[in-house]
Amino acid sequence: MDTSRSPLEATGFSRKLAATIIIVYMIVTLIPITWMVATSFKSVDSAISYPPEVFFEPSLEGYVNLFTNRSRQPKDYLDSLPPPDTWYEELVRSREMVITGPSKFLPRYSNSLIIGFGATFFSVFLGSLAAYALSRFKVPLKDDLLFFILSTRMFPPIAVAVPIFIMYRKLGLGDTHVGMIILYTVVNLSLSVWLLKGFMDEIPREYEEAAMIDGYSRMQAFFKVVLPQATTGIAATAIFCMIFSWNEYAFAVLLTQFNAQTAPPFIPTIIGEGGLDWPAIGAGTTLFLIPVMIFTVVLRKHLLRGITFGAVRK
Amino acid sequence: MAEIEIKNLHKSFGDFVAVKNSNLIIENKEFFVLLGPSGCGKTTTLRMIAGLELPTSGNIYLDKEDVGYLRASQRDIAFVFQLFALYPHMNVRNNLAFPLKMQKLSRSEVDAKVLEAAKLLRIDHLLKSKVSSLAGGDRQRVALGRALVRRPKAFLMDEPLGTLDAEFRELMCLELRKLHDDIDATTVYVTHDQQEAMSMADRIAVMNEGVVLQADSPKVIYNKPKTKFVANFIGSPGMNFIPIKEKISPSQSSIKLLDSSLNIPEQKEGTDSNENFLGVRPENLKLVSENGVKGNVFGVEYLGSRKILTIETQLGNIKIRVDSDTQVNINEQIQFDTLNNNQIIFDGSNDKALQSEFMS
Repeated sequence: MDTSRSPLEATGFSRKLAATIIIVYMIVTLIPITWMVATSFKSVDSAISYPPEVFFEPSLEGYVNLFTNRSRQPKDYLDSLPPPDTWYEELVRSREMVITGPSKFLPRYSNSLIIGFGATFFSVFLGSLAAYALSRFKVPLKDDLLFFILSTRMFPPIAVAVPIFIMYRKLGLGDTHVGMIILYTVVNLSLSVWLLKGFMDEIPREYEEAAMIDGYSRMQAFFKVVLPQATTGIAATAIFCMIFSWNEYAFAVLLTQFNAQTAPPFIPTIIGEGGLDWPAIGAGTTLFLIPVMIFTVVLRKHLLRGITFGAVRK
Repeated sequence: MAEIEIKNLHKSFGDFVAVKNSNLIIENKEFFVLLGPSGCGKTTTLRMIAGLELPTSGNIYLDKEDVGYLRASQRDIAFVFQLFALYPHMNVRNNLAFPLKMQKLSRSEVDAKVLEAAKLLRIDHLLKSKVSSLAGGDRQRVALGRALVRRPKAFLMDEPLGTLDAEFRELMCLELRKLHDDIDATTVYVTHDQQEAMSMADRIAVMNEGVVLQADSPKVIYNKPKTKFVANFIGSPGMNFIPIKEKISPSQSSIKLLDSSLNIPEQKEGTDSNENFLGVRPENLKLVSENGVKGNVFGVEYLGSRKILTIETQLGNIKIRVDSDTQVNINEQIQFDTLNNNQIIFDGSNDKALQSEFMS
């Protein structure tokens, strides 16, 4: 018998089984994403060809279509124009169209960034303050308060869409960045308070007591000593908040139109412009995926530690 | 450095009374130890001096100034925690500099003070290390360094050696005491370990159930305990208590014990109760070959330089300290007698020691 291995370690068979399951799962989840990225690099014709093309000639048509508004023109008009200056104009010209201006994708995308990161920041900031208070101080009816905070997530947020719609119209918050940041912050707060309270409970009080004896006020001690030690929890919480705010669709459709519209309600509108422009949709969703992916990868180390935090006493 | 005075200090948490109307004066440059079993209120007292808890009533004076209800940051004291509480996200230098950063000193002043403290504690080679990479003893030194870098009026320590292993603890006891003397500090030190308390303290306050029972030098605490609790808690093993069924009157100098009489120091106080106790330390008893109290050896504990015998007698179980080369077997019949006149009579009604020739 092989005694060099600890009996707690996995055997060869179970390792292979685990690897197989992970690989199968990975394929299942990655196929749609791969297909989406591939579609974004196809031409419109190749995207709708049957049978579907697995190998294809890459084209940036989708990205050009995503970022521009175009109009179809008669051939003799096109011939009368001076030759195109840029590669993308040439590409559009070859489809018998001219570029009439930039599309709304970039403003919508930057709205998503502003609202997503703004809401994440405030959810985590306010959440950590509330979590610290609930973790450290005697708060009257603390348990009921915590349950109340949790209960706000027991129904889908969209269930209160109508009152919020009316409220926002009266307050003038509809279709504004501030309004969307407030809304997403509020929806995320219950999660962030609960997650962060768990992390705050794990941080020994001695640290902030030491800081207070060293001459710092409680607020200073919180920022200088407690927060740096809660980075794991803050990272994990931030990812959850970011994913929600970034992906949120229903409220965005309902409350935003021109000024503060985010990317999720914008992307489907591409479908309507001149038939099913699958490469442009693929390009939009691919670009949409990138920030949240970078954000998650950057905080990945903390996230993993965050999930297992407190499971084993240090 | 400063004198600390505690007046009628009282602290309760809901129905639980942690500290009951305590009074103490800790003198300038004194190494003062609060000693007691867990839950006796010693840590609560220390935390109130630090400002981490506010008293329910009573006052704390630091250099004659009433600080009892001030914030911790306004008291100019330093605190060393049992688990050190070093800031894990800072290196050693930043941990030491942290208290100074609040004092609006120039960078070079901060650096100089950090270096001075680090040299004093011989951790100057570790300044750039991460706290998490340090061994227990070095962490302890960094914690001390962070406390003394600011030269506060008083040092408060809450079982700072509790997590160190035995060998290192003895070394740190010596170092702590030396450090205290070198920088002329006033130190209040909380522990439940009487060895630590005895070896370091100028004076010890023994606490139980929120009450300060006695505050005296280690020698007085050991030899002339004022209550039965102190007599039993201090010393390892504690004092023997032999029930005496007679009323004690002032100037009495012998008591009846079994069939014979025993000379005791001349008493200056009497009792109303006739259920009292004779207290005698294990080392103040000796084995004799005749005319002693007879007993049966129940247990023998070999402790290197000495042996502790537990003897079953008609007076109850009695512990005697003998030389380690004394040959005694379990169940052997032996006799013992008092070695000297260092006995104390405790009043059975309130467990207090009576004044006598010996006690005064």
